[in-house]
Amino acid sequence: MKPILEVKNVVKQYGDYTALNSVSLSVPQGSIYGLLGPNGAGKTSLIRIINQITMPDGGEVLLDGEKLGSQHIKQIGYMPEERGLYKSMKVGEQALYLAQLKGLTKKEAKEQLDYWFNKLDIQGWWDKKIQELSKGMAQKIQFVVTVLHQPKLLILDEPFSGFDPVNANLIKDEIMELRDKGTTIIFSTHRMESVEDMCDHIALIHQSNKLIEGPLNEVKKQYRTNTFEVGIAPTNFQHLLADISTKYQTTQANFKTLDDELKLQVALPQGTPPRELLSYLMDKGDVTYFVEKIPSVNDIFIETVSKKN
Amino acid sequence: MSLSLIIKREFNAKVRNKSFIVMTFLSPILFVAMGALVGYLASVNGDEVEKIALYDPAGVFTKDFKSDKKTAFTDLSKLPLDKAKKEAAENYEGLIFVPNVADSKELVNKVEYISNDSPSMELVDKIEDVVNDNLTKQNLVKANIDYKAIDAAKTKAEVKLSKFSGEKSFKWFNYLKVFIGFGFGYLIMMFIIIYGNMVMRSVIEEKTNRIIEIIISSVKPFKLMMGKIIGTSLAGILQFLIWAVLGGILLTVAMGFFGLKMGAASAVSPDMIAAGTSKTEEMQVYITEILTLPWATMLLSFLIFFIGGFFLYSSIYASIGAAVDSETDSQQFLLPIILPLMLGVYVGFFTVMNDPHGTVATVFSMIPLTSPIVMMMRLPFGVPLWQIALSMAILFATFFGVVWFAAKIYRIGILMYGKKPTYKEIYKWLKY
Repeated sequence: MKPILEVKNVVKQYGDYTALNSVSLSVPQGSIYGLLGPNGAGKTSLIRIINQITMPDGGEVLLDGEKLGSQHIKQIGYMPEERGLYKSMKVGEQALYLAQLKGLTKKEAKEQLDYWFNKLDIQGWWDKKIQELSKGMAQKIQFVVTVLHQPKLLILDEPFSGFDPVNANLIKDEIMELRDKGTTIIFSTHRMESVEDMCDHIALIHQSNKLIEGPLNEVKKQYRTNTFEVGIAPTNFQHLLADISTKYQTTQANFKTLDDELKLQVALPQGTPPRELLSYLMDKGDVTYFVEKIPSVNDIFIETVSKKN
Repeated sequence: MSLSLIIKREFNAKVRNKSFIVMTFLSPILFVAMGALVGYLASVNGDEVEKIALYDPAGVFTKDFKSDKKTAFTDLSKLPLDKAKKEAAENYEGLIFVPNVADSKELVNKVEYISNDSPSMELVDKIEDVVNDNLTKQNLVKANIDYKAIDAAKTKAEVKLSKFSGEKSFKWFNYLKVFIGFGFGYLIMMFIIIYGNMVMRSVIEEKTNRIIEIIISSVKPFKLMMGKIIGTSLAGILQFLIWAVLGGILLTVAMGFFGLKMGAASAVSPDMIAAGTSKTEEMQVYITEILTLPWATMLLSFLIFFIGGFFLYSSIYASIGAAVDSETDSQQFLLPIILPLMLGVYVGFFTVMNDPHGTVATVFSMIPLTSPIVMMMRLPFGVPLWQIALSMAILFATFFGVVWFAAKIYRIGILMYGKKPTYKEIYKWLKY
């Protein structure tokens, strides 16, 4: 996949503080790209540079192979973490205004608005002021004004914060649908569950540096530890427990099963094939559970960040 | 394209606001009502008769203190002094005490006024006048000079004013001009403060709403700031034009009331007042004189100076709005804005009244931070075109310089949240 967005050695400094230290990223076309990092890592600084809100002090950003310029404003949709709309302006008027600022004509903006208002079933809100809407309702409007101009690249900063589960799901479905239609989506978040669910690429930024980047599966493979979770109903409980601990490194495991079998987490030495463990276990009783323990994004995140600290 | 969108939004947001509509149509009424109230109160204040007691056993001044509409003098000289004092303290505003002296010359600094409250300046002047007149006459008599002849010889001059262009004037019109000029200068100050605050509030609103980030991902912060300033100034201009039209209607009605026609300026000459004319005729002369003021220049200059002054100040207002998180935090930064405006009003008022074309007035009508106010005050007296043009040129040139700094602060400030910045930090932003 060719990258739609390339960030090359971008540096951003505020006085003596370096917010981005030569960060490079490559966001593939049509991906959902998770931009992860603790608070203050530099995510927002990077996003602001991509949105041309601020200029980098060094490096460059390419969109579709072109150096970022004012012609790209129309192609990017951005929903900041801190949501905001004019409180005393009517919903319809406001959405039209923001869409026109993005370069849509009034007619185009109106068509798009009709489409989205119908889709989300919120036609009745046109003449309401934002201050009359609930927080969840305002969030929907916020999403609509972000995607109204059909951007190629959608940047969502903590998109699910503040949404109730129903609306979060609704927005998630919309995001997936946009992706299927070809929109590339950058997710900035520190909520790992949504990353696990939706992202196919991730990058981790910590203390102004990029630490990890790549397709989610590749990253996970790098962090796999050849550890397996096993459940077994042994013929001789005491014997197995004593024997297995001489052969492998084991700890108590925690997963849900129906019966009260023995649950262990077994770390195999690098290079040992799992079938060796499985055939060993099969001799000792009925194996009810055998799963490779794949590192979650959360594990990777915490491990990398704490290692760096 | 996007600039006009922003201007339109800002203009609509201001004009559709209820307070704008109320302000525009209610405040002229309030203004007139307040003027009437002040006039009424002043007349009521003057209606009260001050009761003053006089203790002058020698009867030197008894005849001179004549009661009139404002003051009633009562002679208590027949009572013993302590009783007279007691009586005066209880029932009178105060007591004029004339001691018994051998030579009335000594009275020149011996007359006392005893009271509980401080007397008005007017009363003290009056007492001094009476004492002076009386003693002067006595001195003249002693020196064998006929004071009646001196009185008869005294003249009361009245200088008639006219211009080289032939227009006649009247000295009271100078006060009228001061009044009108001051009105315009004050109006410009009020407009700058009111509409500048609107710009600041609107910046703070966008910042606290956090919509700012969405907008500046679509347009450059400078465009947003300029759109805001232009849109708001248009709302101000609209309000001013409505007032000008209302004022014009009022003037036309007033002229109809006093039976005058537009352009009848030459029909009434100042001599008519001098000749002791009736109230209606006096009003005619005033209205005629109002019409001869350089209204076209004044209104046009008002618009240009308002735009220039407003652009200059409101770009500073905008950068303050961007630097702070809430209106309460803005106070500290507003002082440097209010100060030159106040200076303009005060310097303008005192120097222009004194000498509209004096050095101080002229200089302050060139300094860009005060020129919109001071120049507007000078205009009714007629200012050479080159001075007006120069003042405007300096004003707009300064605006372009200031807006460059303001935009830098604005650009950084709108994305800064949290603690209120210090002047030092703001200075740092200029270098980012």
